[in-house]
Amino acid sequence: MNKTWVTPGGVHPPENKHQSVTQGIGQLPIPETLVIPLSQHIGAAAIPCVEVGQTVLKGQVIAKAAGAVSIPMHAPTSGTISAIEHRPIAHSSGMLAPCIEITSDGADTWIEHEGISDYEHISPAKLLEMVGNAGISGMGGAGFPSAVKLNPGRQRPIDTLIVNATECEPYITADDSAIRERAEEIVEGIKILSAILDHPHHIMIGIEDNKPEAIEALAPHVEGTGISVVVFPTKYPSGGEKQLIYILTGKELPSGKLPADIGMVCINIGTTYAIKRAIIDGEPLVSRVTTVTGDAVGIQRNYDTLIGTPVSHLLAHNEYNEQAGGRVVMGGPMMGFTLPSAEVPIVKTTNCILAPSYAEIPDDEPAQPCIRCGMCAEACPASLLPQQLFWYAQAQDHERLEAHNLFDCIECGACSYVCPSNIPLVQYYRAAKGEIRHAQDEKVKADHARERFEFHKQRIEQAEREKEEKRAARREAALKAKANPPAADKSDGTKPEAEPSSSAADIIAAAQARAAAKQASPEDQKAKLERTIAATEQRLIVAEEKLAEAIASDSDKQAVFSAAVENTRQKLEQSKTKLAELTA
Amino acid sequence: MAFKQVTSPHAHSAQSTAKVMQLVLWATVPGLLVLTWQFGWGSLINVALATVTAVICEAIVVKMRGRSVAFYLSDYSAVVTAVLLGLSLPPLAPWWIVVVGSVFSIVVAKQLYGGLGYNPFNPAMVGYVVLLISFPIQMTTWVAPLALLPAGVTHPGFAESLQIVFGGYSPVDGVTGATPLDVFKHSSGLLVDQVYDREPLFNQAMFAGAGWEWVNIAFLAGGLVLLSNRIFTWHGPVGMLGALALMSVIFYDSGSSTSPGTPMMHLFSGASMFGAFFILTDPVSSAVSNRGRLIYGALIGILVYIIRAWGNYPDAVAFAVLLANFAAPFIDNYTLPRTYGHTDRRRATEKEEG
Repeated sequence: MNKTWVTPGGVHPPENKHQSVTQGIGQLPIPETLVIPLSQHIGAAAIPCVEVGQTVLKGQVIAKAAGAVSIPMHAPTSGTISAIEHRPIAHSSGMLAPCIEITSDGADTWIEHEGISDYEHISPAKLLEMVGNAGISGMGGAGFPSAVKLNPGRQRPIDTLIVNATECEPYITADDSAIRERAEEIVEGIKILSAILDHPHHIMIGIEDNKPEAIEALAPHVEGTGISVVVFPTKYPSGGEKQLIYILTGKELPSGKLPADIGMVCINIGTTYAIKRAIIDGEPLVSRVTTVTGDAVGIQRNYDTLIGTPVSHLLAHNEYNEQAGGRVVMGGPMMGFTLPSAEVPIVKTTNCILAPSYAEIPDDEPAQPCIRCGMCAEACPASLLPQQLFWYAQAQDHERLEAHNLFDCIECGACSYVCPSNIPLVQYYRAAKGEIRHAQDEKVKADHARERFEFHKQRIEQAEREKEEKRAARREAALKAKANPPAADKSDGTKPEAEPSSSAADIIAAAQARAAAKQASPEDQKAKLERTIAATEQRLIVAEEKLAEAIASDSDKQAVFSAAVENTRQKLEQSKTKLAELTA
Repeated sequence: MAFKQVTSPHAHSAQSTAKVMQLVLWATVPGLLVLTWQFGWGSLINVALATVTAVICEAIVVKMRGRSVAFYLSDYSAVVTAVLLGLSLPPLAPWWIVVVGSVFSIVVAKQLYGGLGYNPFNPAMVGYVVLLISFPIQMTTWVAPLALLPAGVTHPGFAESLQIVFGGYSPVDGVTGATPLDVFKHSSGLLVDQVYDREPLFNQAMFAGAGWEWVNIAFLAGGLVLLSNRIFTWHGPVGMLGALALMSVIFYDSGSSTSPGTPMMHLFSGASMFGAFFILTDPVSSAVSNRGRLIYGALIGILVYIIRAWGNYPDAVAFAVLLANFAAPFIDNYTLPRTYGHTDRRRATEKEEG
């Protein structure tokens, strides 16, 4: 039995997990169209490598990784590429992002693929490459490319591998059911991870005690492997990376550091399954287990869902009742975000679609004043003072916010959950973090501009100084020349080296020569004029478009735009005349 | 299908500010019952009158500020302030004492500072101190506890009590009397043991003054209910009672004639338990962190003892709390908890280096 540590704070919201585990992991019919966002992970968006109209097989690469911190995308089923365009994606802002749409042919034909079974004899570098090529990113939360996470570099040897099977969010049972049914493959995946990480001393699967079936399913497979299953009491948010590290090891992840900095790698248990499939079976990540739950759907269960499946497809096949609930959440009730519409697709991080009824999750009550009761501070797993952060967030007091360690907030929502005044605390922190980041960016820009300005000033001053020095030198020389010529004449009786008059003439001549040199050759002038004409023509086109628009919309700016067009046209004429003169 | 856009978390606990306030009100019931048992109907009348006045004042000011009256009254905070003030006023005090105190608490100490959540001082204690300074006679005339009533005299009945409060009638001789803290204040020249022997207030009691010890036990019981319901943490009350006990042990002076009294008397007389569990636990005007609240409570405990022992007033909870309210933001600056992933506690005023 491994020792565990207790984190401060935490809450115990109703678990609501039993509804979705009464049946095993199900399979839905293949949707007619699938939409694959090019950015489902942290890092650069993938670059499409297919064209509209092209047919693709299941598992075929449709977008390539863009650089080191990126992952490729694969076709989740066979079919035809029907669009490459911006589509709504699973993002709280409801933004559009580049996506590839596949119209499925219903055959679900796999591309030829092949895995390897003797991964122990393959170099970690090769295994990492396979993980990367399979398009695997963290499936628990943020979606960090796994190949990058598993490659911390020689300076950071990994001593502890933590597999996160906590699944502390209420309602979600994707990991739970995956462990129940796929424990053997999951443990196989962990062994592969161990090989990649050069066999860390400690390998722990952290799991809450509300998943006895999963714990039991893991037991026979971990026996004799050196992998320990560590069970600890259920409390939200024990599954946060920082919290889990503390629970299992008693160590805190220093602020601003990554687990690899303290010799740890923390990976979601769903990801280990994907890694097993990638290495042993040679299958890229094209599907994941997603929980469909909440009282607004008639059937609550887990599905092996193709990446890119529209949420509407899941809802339609689970008897979603639009009247029963107002919001649909991707993720859990604590950290999940509401979807703008049902058209958004399931992505690699989608562990749950929660469609709660109004009875389950009623609309928010209006916020009351904060009475600083401190219940939020008691609930905070990071030992922050949420009530003070709220106060300073309202006051936009960035210094105080940073002194109160705003950036150590993991946005778990425990504070908002307990707040008796219904204050949306987390939202204030998100906004404040955004403001501070923005202010920092602005400061960097301002500093840059100031430096540039100061450098410019310095340069001008130096130039002035040099000129002044030259002038002084010339003045002195002139004075000397004035005072000395007779003496020079007398001293040796030879011809003076330069007469004052001739030296003045020299200066003038030199200046003329410099000016002539500066004067561009006719060819240069011609080229310059041609460039001007091209640019002006371009401007004229833009101005005319604007004018047309203004006329179409009956805008009061018509006069302004027509004046601009006239002006540009005249300039163009002038330039053309000059060019004609020059060539003539 | 377009869905409602709501920020996370979507789940909320069932706790609400109104429920917290209601629980505080319920927790005062044992204290109120014991006060009524030991001192007659006066406290009940105080509480009722203060509540009516406070709710009316709150409604008027909220209306004047252009806010929703129903929304702001439904948080019960005005009722809590009124009940706490009503409990601390002397029973059978004239009606206008209660009204003036309630108006001052709600209008000046609470609403003029911005209403619930924005008042730097405990509103009930502001009202109490204003009354104590302005009307010392009415504010220091206490009713004698049940055990000390002369033979044949009872506390006035309900109707008679109303006449005393609203009609200006004087209560029968022997109904009013000193408090245990008064007795000790004016007993220089007697050893503690002698005081305990001679004064009926003590020789009729178990350990801390007839009647008063029961009142304090009742408030302690109510406070423990709130503590077990996690309405507040133990830090504030333990800080105050610990500091008060420590001070009274240190300065007990082995019961000499200049001794300010036994530790038990200080803990279970006057407003000690009421202050520890119902006054300094007001979160709005106290320090915020647990460590801060421990220090804040201890500061109040020390101040209470200093004023009781060497000040001009027999009891001191109101003054001590207001003084500590001043200090709360200062305490907050130095008592931030250590955040996960940091090796040191920080200061609230600390600036990012670089």
